[in-house]
Amino acid sequence: MYQLLYNFTGDVIISTIVVALIPLTIILIYALFAIWLERKVSAHMQDRLGPMRTGWHGWLQTIADMIKMIQKEDTIAAEADKKLFNIAPVLVFTGSFAAYAAIPFSSALIGSEIEVGLFYIVAISSLVVVGILMAGWASNNKYSLLGAMRSAAQIVSYEIPTALVVLTMVMYTGTFSLTKISEMQTPYFWNWNILGGPEFGITKFLLIPFMIVAASIMFISTLAEVNRTPFDIPEAESELVAGYFTEYSGMKWGMFMLAEYANMLAVSAVVSILFFGGYQSPFGYLGNLLNIKWLIPFEQIFWFLLKGLILVFVQMWLRWTLPRLRVDQLMTVCWKYLIPYAVVNLIFVGIISLL
Amino acid sequence: MALKTETMILNMGPQHPSTHGVLRLELELEGELIKNVKPHIGYLHRCFEKHAEAMTYPQVIPYTDRMDYLASMYNNFGYVLAVEKLLGIQVPERVEYIRVIMGELQRIASHLVAIGTYGLDIGAFTPFLYCFRDREKILSLFEMTCGARLLYNYMWIGGLSHDIHPDFVRLTKEFIKSFRPTIDELNYLLSYNKIFIERTANIGVLPLDTAINYGVTGPVLRGSGLAFDLRKNEPYSIYDRFDFDIPVGKGLMGTVGDCWDRYYVRVQEMEQSLRIIEQAIDQIPEGDVQAAIPKRIKPPKGTVYFRVENPRGELGYFIISDGSPNPFRVKVRAPSFVNLEVLGELCKGHLVADVVAILGSIDIVLGEVDR
Amino acid sequence: MKEYLKNTWQAIYTVLVGMKITFKHLFTPAVTIQYPDVKVPLPERVRNRLYVNIDDCIGCDQCSRACPVSCIDIETVKALPGEDLGVTSNGKKKALWVTKFTIDFAKCCYCQLCVFPCPTDCIFMTNVYEFSEYDRRNLIYNFSNLTEEEAAEKKANYEKFLAEKEAQKAAASKTKE
Repeated sequence: MYQLLYNFTGDVIISTIVVALIPLTIILIYALFAIWLERKVSAHMQDRLGPMRTGWHGWLQTIADMIKMIQKEDTIAAEADKKLFNIAPVLVFTGSFAAYAAIPFSSALIGSEIEVGLFYIVAISSLVVVGILMAGWASNNKYSLLGAMRSAAQIVSYEIPTALVVLTMVMYTGTFSLTKISEMQTPYFWNWNILGGPEFGITKFLLIPFMIVAASIMFISTLAEVNRTPFDIPEAESELVAGYFTEYSGMKWGMFMLAEYANMLAVSAVVSILFFGGYQSPFGYLGNLLNIKWLIPFEQIFWFLLKGLILVFVQMWLRWTLPRLRVDQLMTVCWKYLIPYAVVNLIFVGIISLL
Repeated sequence: MALKTETMILNMGPQHPSTHGVLRLELELEGELIKNVKPHIGYLHRCFEKHAEAMTYPQVIPYTDRMDYLASMYNNFGYVLAVEKLLGIQVPERVEYIRVIMGELQRIASHLVAIGTYGLDIGAFTPFLYCFRDREKILSLFEMTCGARLLYNYMWIGGLSHDIHPDFVRLTKEFIKSFRPTIDELNYLLSYNKIFIERTANIGVLPLDTAINYGVTGPVLRGSGLAFDLRKNEPYSIYDRFDFDIPVGKGLMGTVGDCWDRYYVRVQEMEQSLRIIEQAIDQIPEGDVQAAIPKRIKPPKGTVYFRVENPRGELGYFIISDGSPNPFRVKVRAPSFVNLEVLGELCKGHLVADVVAILGSIDIVLGEVDR
Repeated sequence: MKEYLKNTWQAIYTVLVGMKITFKHLFTPAVTIQYPDVKVPLPERVRNRLYVNIDDCIGCDQCSRACPVSCIDIETVKALPGEDLGVTSNGKKKALWVTKFTIDFAKCCYCQLCVFPCPTDCIFMTNVYEFSEYDRRNLIYNFSNLTEEEAAEKKANYEKFLAEKEAQKAAASKTKE
């Protein structure tokens, strides 16, 4: 993508800026859409209507809320650490946003084609932990600090099952690079990794249950990394401590929310790339059929966003169905259930792929 | 040299989304474990008992509504039965049947709020709205009969304020038919959910002898295993004509007397209330609901204590009359006030996050606690 | 070990059952309505703001005495023997001028205890519930149809009449002696 733009404009700075801005625009528009979708989905699941008055069925509600948040007073507690307080939301958002650099939206639109894309994504998402701890500490509020520590413990623990499943997939596909993984799963859905991968043979069918288990483990652990129910102790309104962003008001709180939704799409994107074919279409390309070669990247963006949004919808669906787990139960689920299952899965996939 | 540790005092303030009303809980913590819980009440005290001394007997009824505002019919019921016992009048059969039906509908509505808000405290947002959707149907039945949705002033001394609407029987039957599948749905969504069970089973176990020593009544007592219900043990009105069971906590998902048992007793009580309404609605005799209302209510000198089974426990009215149209003293034994005491006992040794679960399972209403 | 596997299976199964229920509810029509544009039709016996038909009021004060929160304030003046105030709609003859009839809706608890004792059914509850005000004093509704001067005039007339009667009585007892 960068190459294309450089050839087009001939200027390094402009092409870098445009390449950086495209995912940012996609995230902002997606966040607008996702917040509206969450409110509508939650409303219809609860037999009510949700926002209806701002625009057709309330699609402008997010913009209205953003305008309201921007004009709010930016309160900082007197004893709070001002520098850390201000940097924390930026850091949390940067951690989520930086993961988009390695995610391929289509075969032509990739931020940077690095060979160790998966490794980079898992590593850079940990920047969020630093931001959260900063937010909790700088608020000078013992409840915020407690909430921040719990949230940090939660994110760090759930990185382990994520890493184990990523290791399984790397072992199976043989490469770290996300573009190569997407290309390996050809544009026909029976070749996707969830159904055993592109090579036909006995291994393909043997792998299917283990791939399904791996996908669920990864989905659950990334749910915990994004702090969504049932793992949303840090954000819970009816728990005793109100979470690490109690003291934030106005646009800084908006940044935290934006970071949460951006993170949701990032992890859904990674799960869909690893298991569901990434940007590949399930039925072959219209461009191939009609012999219009330049249509293919656009189709790929469409399929990619569709898969990401379906997984985001499942995350929202879970939020409105399940109650919350207590902190120690959360840790039990991670260490006593998910990690053993992930390790056993790893061993089995390893054995089967040797066949 | 031993380390000197101090316990931390944490204040779950009067304004909190999970204390059902304005209740202040002072938690004494050691790390995350709770050593002691002290409830501070009185934020909703409205001097009901003092007001009652200045009003005439019929004028006290709107004040009784406002004590336990989620179960107003039953507050009226208790007071009216107490005064009728003092006066020694007998009400027509039709009035008795309608009072029982209204009381049981009110029990279902109150338990729906208890279950819905309990799910909300634990973190499940949707059952709350499903419960309120069904509660709307009950409230519109009440609105059709007496005109108000929450504070009814419906049961009067000697009768009722209005006769039931001609459509009432048909609409109640439709409600019963539509409500049974909802209880099943609620069970699948909330009661048998593994995460909900993890949060409520084996938490806040109340042994039976502790329960009896503290004097708790209602679903809290029945959750600990004792089948004591005033509708069966000391039947008032016409409850002895109906066939229904008393659900008890059996420790299906944990120990007997934990939060899940108390919660499940409420769900099963809703089912039993439906049975009572089904039997009663077909047997309503004809009659005049306002025939026995006396013109001037001047009870003879004396005292009376009458107790009924509120959705939250045993609601008792103690009335002293000195022969004048105003009562000399009305004292209310509110079930939530007595049940709240057992909170300190239940929370010992649990984590902070469990306080919310335990408080929700005791199901208090601050209007009753503070009167 | 068996406990462990049972826990896992139970967790997965109940979560999926719950998800099925919420998914089904995603497609049921909403039970809420869009309030200011669409309003719920209220039943006939509903208890909202009171209304007093002052032409029927005979000034008996029963409603004020029945009210538990003392929100009805009535002042009456006896009519002179020659005056004719008319007849109410169910045939009762009116004998009192109602000079003041205010209801304070900030205090009213909508209990309906004032409606039943009225002998002419002139006070009743309507279905008006959207009457909020910015100032608490605007919630004191005045139902009497006599202006202040008329009320003062009636009172003055009655007192003059009483004073004349007193004078007559005094004169009669004086001539007796």
